[in-house]
Order: sequence, then structure tokens, then C-alpha cells
Amino acid sequence: MTALLVIVFTAALLLGITLWKRNSPARLRDIPALTRLYRMLGLSVEDGTRLHISLGRGSLLDARGGSALAGLATLRIIAEKTSVSDMPVVASSGDPVLGLLTQDTLQAGYQAAGVSELYVPTAGRITGLSPFGFAAGAMHIAQNEKVSTNVMLGHFGPEAALLADASDRESVTMIGASDNLSGQAVLFANTQDALIGEELFAAGAYLGAGATHIASLTVQDILRWLIILALLVGAAAKFFGVI
Amino acid sequence: MRVITAFIAITTGVLILGGYFFPALADVQTLLLNWAIILAGAAALVGIFNLISVHTDKIRRGEKGSTYSALLVIGLVATFTIGILLRPQHSAMQIVLSGIIIPAEAALMGVLTISLLYAAIRLLRRRTDMMGIVFLVTAALLFLGSATMRSGDIPLIGTLIRPWVSQILALGGARGILIGVALGTLTTGIRVLFGVDRPYGGQ
Repeated sequence: MTALLVIVFTAALLLGITLWKRNSPARLRDIPALTRLYRMLGLSVEDGTRLHISLGRGSLLDARGGSALAGLATLRIIAEKTSVSDMPVVASSGDPVLGLLTQDTLQAGYQAAGVSELYVPTAGRITGLSPFGFAAGAMHIAQNEKVSTNVMLGHFGPEAALLADASDRESVTMIGASDNLSGQAVLFANTQDALIGEELFAAGAYLGAGATHIASLTVQDILRWLIILALLVGAAAKFFGVI
Repeated sequence: MRVITAFIAITTGVLILGGYFFPALADVQTLLLNWAIILAGAAALVGIFNLISVHTDKIRRGEKGSTYSALLVIGLVATFTIGILLRPQHSAMQIVLSGIIIPAEAALMGVLTISLLYAAIRLLRRRTDMMGIVFLVTAALLFLGSATMRSGDIPLIGTLIRPWVSQILALGGARGILIGVALGTLTTGIRVLFGVDRPYGGQ
């Protein structure tokens, strides 16, 4: 029942903060990788190159689905913002269900921008179903399709290094975040500005996804402070022999 | 249509979540999860058709790298057809698996090792700040501490620094990162459950 209470408390906080702050300007701390991503959206449209958004191989049927859903929310905004480009965004994934949602999300982005006729179904691709198969297929896109920026948001393991290496060889800007610790370590070593931990889930808010995404960040901060407090109180209680 | 898809998705999400807390909903939860697994299997087939469609399109337009696309389509169709005709247990299919697929993945694993080493070398060029130096020094200390020497562990590094870094500093950091990821997953899940983020059913 504790888990249910946490979910209800979080939902109530999210709803309350969204309603409270929906008309206030968002004040977000600077995350260099997301600033760079925002800049690259405009640059790619101007110089006629495309963005490759890789959503990893997180299945929606297990715990890895959270990062996949966060990646989809970001893809939706990127598709909308770059829909006027001659070179539309390409999205790759390593899970079939995620692949279908990728296509649906891209289509929604084009519809929102009022250019649904420009949507191409093959822009959303499932490049492979095994970790290395997926990475090999994604590398092919980075090397052969006039890509200026590789954005990796989702569940990636160490195989992310292969895609990062391919990007480096083609002088493609690389922005990446993973919910997997090995993947994060690899991306930290391979990218100019790494996204660590929950910053993966902040991309939507920084790209202008709306008040709910910004409220999500505030809710995460509140919950984080509560957890820190609980850890400190628990440690102190253990130290003094209370528990 | 969008309202109907959102209604179905939100109802399904609430029922599955409810199944974890209310035993009365457990059967409905199991049923819905079974449907999801079957649909995921069907989606794999759709994914394969998507892969064929993307690469045949590349071949048709003669794009850069279309030779590899042709090889991929030929390999995929041949393996799929032989697998359907002979069944996956057949010795020919086992040869394809153990003679081509597994060695190709193993080769990629080997390339990955080199890529990781190269990434570590490039790190200081890419990230000349304190965090980059700490990252490299920590990695080097852990490697040294894990090395198997004839004389046993390297004094101090293997006996004190490595266990302290990996079991206290790294473990604490990893837990912090995972708690952050869990919080992000929680708020993202609630947004999807509320229908604020709808990665389905169009706009």
C-alpha cells in the first residue's frame, strides 16, 4: 500500500504544481547538453542535415519503459520543430513495440506542425532486435544519411560505444543519456556534455514540451529532498540505536 | 478516434496498475498483460517488415551503403524462409546461428572493447575538466586493483582503494543515479497514465 500512496501523492503533486505554475515562466538550471541539443535543432534545419534520434531498446513491458517513454516525448517535440526541414528527422529503436510508437509519435509531430503530408513512415525504424544488431543498424544511419547530430535517449548498454564511435568518425555531434549505468558510463566518456541520471527525463521540459513536463521536474526535486531526508534520518536513527 | 485510443490506453493502464494493489483486479491484470505480450510478438513481425521496407527503399534509390542494404535483405529473407521451412531446430539453422549470427555478435563485442579503450584515450581531449580526470583516474585505479598478479593483490590499491571506491563511492553514486532514474520513470509513467503524454493514436 505504501507504493500506492507514493503514486497517489506524486500524481496529486504533479496535478497541483501543473495548475499552479502553468502561467509562470519556467526557471530551469542550465544543462549544457540540452542547450546544445536545442541549438542543434535550428542548425540542422538551416544547413540541410538531419537529426538521428535513437530511443534504445527499452521494452514498454518492463521497468526500462520509463526511459523509452521519455525519449518518445522528446522525439515528439523534435519532430514538430524540425518538420519544415528538407531532411526530416530519423528515429531508430531496438524494440518492436517502441518502433511502432516511434512512427506514431513522428506522425503526431508532423500533424501538430500542420505538415502531415511530409511524414514518411520509414523515418521511424527498428534497426535490430539484439543489442549489437540494433547498434549496427543505428551506426549505418549515422554514417550514411547526412546526419549532423545523434541524439540517444533511452535504454542503452555498453553497445552505445559503437554508435558513439561511428558518430565521432563522421564528426557528428553526439548527445546521449541512458537509464542503464553501463550505458551512462560509456556515454560520459564519449560525449562532450553528458546527461546523467534523471537528466534524461528533463529533455522534454527543456525543449518546450509544456507545463506538465516542467512540473514533473519540480515533483522530482520535491521527492528527491524527501528521500534525502529519509536517508539522513534513517542513518541517524541507526547510528544512535533507535532502530 | 484519438479520444477512444486515449480512453482505452488510460483504462488499461489503471487496471494493470490496480492489479498490483487490489487482488480483485489481478485476473484482469494478467489477461491484459498476456494480450500485451501477444501484441508485442505481432509487433516484432511488423518491425521486420519495417526493416525490409526501409532497406528495399534504399536499394531502389541507390543510396550510399545500398550494397549493405541488399545483403541485409537477402540474408533476412533467406534465414526467415529456411527457418520456416526447416524449423529452427534443424542443423542448417543451427549452423546459421552458431556459424554466422553468434560470431558476428562476438566480433562486435571485440570492436566494442577497442572502442571503449579508444574512448578512454579520447576522453581528456574531449573533456579537459576535473570530472574527466577523476573518471580516468578512478577507472585506472579499479583496473589496477582488479589485476591478477602472481604475488596477489597490489598492496594498498588492490586491498584498500579498489574495495573502498567500488563498494562505497561507486555504489553510493550508482544508487543515487538509480533513485533519480526511478523518480523520472515515476513522473513519466504518471504523465502517460493521465494521458498528458500520448505516444499513440496520433496528435
